Amino acid sequence: MNKVMSNKTVIALYVLPALLVLIALIYVPILMTGYYGLMKWDGIGEMTFIGLENYTKLMKDAMFWDSAYHSFLLAIFSTVSLIGYLIISLILASKIKGANLLRKIYLIPMLLSSVAIAQLWLKVYHPSNGLVNSLLMTFGVDNPPAWLAEPNLVLQALFVPIIWQYAGFYILIYYAALKNIPDSLVEAAKIDGANPLQIAWKIKVPLIAGVIKVTIVLAIVGSLKYFDLIYVMTGGGPNGSSEVMASYMYQKAFGTYDFGYGSSIGFFLLIICLVITWLIRKLTATKEELQY
Amino acid sequence: MEFKTNQQLNKNLPIQKEKHTLFSRLGKTVLYIILGIIAVLQIYPLIWLLFFSLKGDAEIFSNSPFALPESPKWENYTTVWNQGNIDLYFFNSVLVTVVAVVLTVLLASFVTFAITRMQWKLSKLVLGLFMIGIMIPVHSTLIPLFQFFLGLNLIDHPLAIILTYTAFNLPLTIMILLGFYHTLPREVEEAAVMDGCSIHRIFFQITLPMTTPVISTTVIINMIYNWNEFVFVNTFISSDKYKTLTVGIQNFIGQYATDWGAIGATLMISIIPILIAFFFLSNRIVEGIAAGSVKG
Repeated sequence: MNKVMSNKTVIALYVLPALLVLIALIYVPILMTGYYGLMKWDGIGEMTFIGLENYTKLMKDAMFWDSAYHSFLLAIFSTVSLIGYLIISLILASKIKGANLLRKIYLIPMLLSSVAIAQLWLKVYHPSNGLVNSLLMTFGVDNPPAWLAEPNLVLQALFVPIIWQYAGFYILIYYAALKNIPDSLVEAAKIDGANPLQIAWKIKVPLIAGVIKVTIVLAIVGSLKYFDLIYVMTGGGPNGSSEVMASYMYQKAFGTYDFGYGSSIGFFLLIICLVITWLIRKLTATKEELQY
Repeated sequence: MEFKTNQQLNKNLPIQKEKHTLFSRLGKTVLYIILGIIAVLQIYPLIWLLFFSLKGDAEIFSNSPFALPESPKWENYTTVWNQGNIDLYFFNSVLVTVVAVVLTVLLASFVTFAITRMQWKLSKLVLGLFMIGIMIPVHSTLIPLFQFFLGLNLIDHPLAIILTYTAFNLPLTIMILLGFYHTLPREVEEAAVMDGCSIHRIFFQITLPMTTPVISTTVIINMIYNWNEFVFVNTFISSDKYKTLTVGIQNFIGQYATDWGAIGATLMISIIPILIAFFFLSNRIVEGIAAGSVKG
């Protein structure tokens, strides 16, 4: 048995193809991004080593900090909205009829491509024929705003379809986790006289703390690298007012062919994502230890 | 208050049934209304899209956007299908999706088998490498990947996107498979080894068939991701003949910016396959998404 199951050739044959794909297309590129970030390079011509110049430029680039601020706002917004998803999931999982159908309906937007969603919401926000403004006009608002053209509204207007797209995903995750809680625990609490709110807050929520932690990481990291919908709907505009880190990186690299600078943004993005993941896991781990 | 006294009165009963008091029934109605409103918000933009995909321009711009189509213009769909390469984009999407899904699920099954069933020292490290892959933002790899494929003459070639999809979907696929493999009994495989069965036959004829339920889950998840992918196609593919539906419709809509009927029909064509898959396989999809995210 052991001899067959530890055959080195077979292991190599089974693991190496996937491992090579992973290393060649994810790990080597990450290192290369770090390397390109130290270069002045337009993607075609000579590469010149300029040390940390791209990064010092990045630190002073107001446009980059604006985009970072927008990504950060999205991250906060997404994380706070998790509370709403948790409440909805608690209701859905409390043995109500039709919960299965409802969570499936909630999930549908998540299945669609960001391009289709973006194009659909461009129409929803259309200044004269869109759903939002038509509705506002029926309610007597005479001059509703052109949502995506207003620098001080565009970001909030973009957050709505992002919420719309991902709500079902998080509700599904919480619902699945809540369904895994053994009935006996809830029954025991009921016998002890706990009301439904106490059961939800003091028993169910702590029991799925691990899953909540995962969703916080997903929401924050997902927000920081968010790209598709914003790129298609506004391209970062008007005037950079909806630019996020990933769209700024894309614009620098594939819009103005500043591959060196684009790489430094890409590398910065990677570091932020990894640090935040590590930080959240670390912070929430100590909290759990204190609780028990 | 009342609830609490009820609880105390019935304390001796072994299993408590919830009391349907007037208060709880009223609360339930309110909850259903809230849940229903959310459901409408999630689904209405799509219904609206279906409506305007069946309308003519005059109807869209003069009538209320909430109105039903007067006489459904199905010709919007046939026109769009024959114009602007939509049929070609559709074919490319199917091709890229199918090849990448088969490649990903097969490679991931090999790796998961080797990690859960075979004994070797580096298995933990290799698994770790795959799992960290989930946290890597695609944008941080985009420029080097572009250079890499340029060097291999694969820019503007479907293989570039097929390989990238495979790489970026392997971590999640392995993660979903892993949970299932841990629950599989080893006895059948052990018996097969005793009988002198080769390891490849064990994998292909015993283990792989036993994992069909989870494989179907990973296939659907991969299918949804690949069908909808945008950034890689947008960056690596420049000629129309290799574009997939997501990028293709983006260009098409750019050219016909004012013809809402055509745009609606194009968008519907791009999302119908996923909606059909969801209609028939929703339980597997729901399970897969839940499994893929909860175990992190």
